[in-house]
Amino acid sequence: MARGNRKVPDINSSSTADIAFLLLIFFLITTSMDTDRGLARRLPPPPEKDQKLDDIVVKERNVLVVLINAEDQLMVRGEYLKVDQLREKAKEFIANPYNADDLPEKHMKNVPFFGDQRVTDKHVISVQNDRGTSYQAYIDVQNELVAAYNELRNELSTEKFGKEYAELNADQQKAVRMIYPQKISEAEPKNYGGK
Amino acid sequence: MGKFNKTGKRGMPALNTSSLPDLIFTLLFFFMIVTTMREVTLKVQFKVPQGTELEKLEKKSLVTFIYVGEPTQEFRKTMGSESRIQLNDSFAEVSDIFDYINQERTSMKEEDQPYMTVSIKADKETKMGIIADVKQALRQAYALKINYSAHPRN
Repeated sequence: MARGNRKVPDINSSSTADIAFLLLIFFLITTSMDTDRGLARRLPPPPEKDQKLDDIVVKERNVLVVLINAEDQLMVRGEYLKVDQLREKAKEFIANPYNADDLPEKHMKNVPFFGDQRVTDKHVISVQNDRGTSYQAYIDVQNELVAAYNELRNELSTEKFGKEYAELNADQQKAVRMIYPQKISEAEPKNYGGK
Repeated sequence: MGKFNKTGKRGMPALNTSSLPDLIFTLLFFFMIVTTMREVTLKVQFKVPQGTELEKLEKKSLVTFIYVGEPTQEFRKTMGSESRIQLNDSFAEVSDIFDYINQERTSMKEEDQPYMTVSIKADKETKMGIIADVKQALRQAYALKINYSAHPRN
């Protein structure tokens, strides 16, 4: 009988790499690294039970009402508007560059970096939609409003600091935000007709 | 000089590949750590709307998802083709959202709870009625940070 020390033959490990590759590819396919993107919003806290609905009175000039009906049409302050016109309208409303009477009133405010500024800090953009409005139309409107704010902030940042808003440091961003605070309110949906 | 004799057979020495599997495994582990498994099986189908001013949704562990859309083909028979809400792995009603949010919140670390974000992934054809109901339910549950999921538009 052959009894001397017989070596166990080496297992050929040249294919382990391939096995590992297969595993790797499997994980690459089944997992997702996609970063979710979206429009961030903050909802108002639920109304208190004994809170009166009409205790916050906002002057009419300070409100920009954006109505979206079930056919996805827009009405802003009594006139029809296309979605791509909304951005300019909103920018004009937020900034009120010529101190117009029907646009938001301005208040003196001390802002770091900028000193005393006249700011439209009382303005509100109110989005009201129908229950039959499509989600895409709603997001389009929200998107345009956010874009209006972003453009205004960018314009201000480049004018003052020579940089885009996103590149400013936290304090500078805060100052810019004080001048253009984002105020988009969402009303309770109304049923303007039909489902 | 006879020292530089090129006549002998000099093959290229074989590259030692015994550490190749280790390299690949490192890659594998890297991907296993940075990526997340798709956690829920979707029972509703949706195409999220498009937008340009999107922000990144960070810290996946703080995010709770609510899916809204039409039931997929295999559930059409039982659920119909009206838009439905999906929470975790099952269809739900608007009234279930309150409990769902509270349950998700308690499963979070306490210091993370104020930063809880709810991401609404809804089909772009959805009617706003159902979304408004969801929003009202979220307000009641004090989940006020929300995110409308969307794809960047080119």
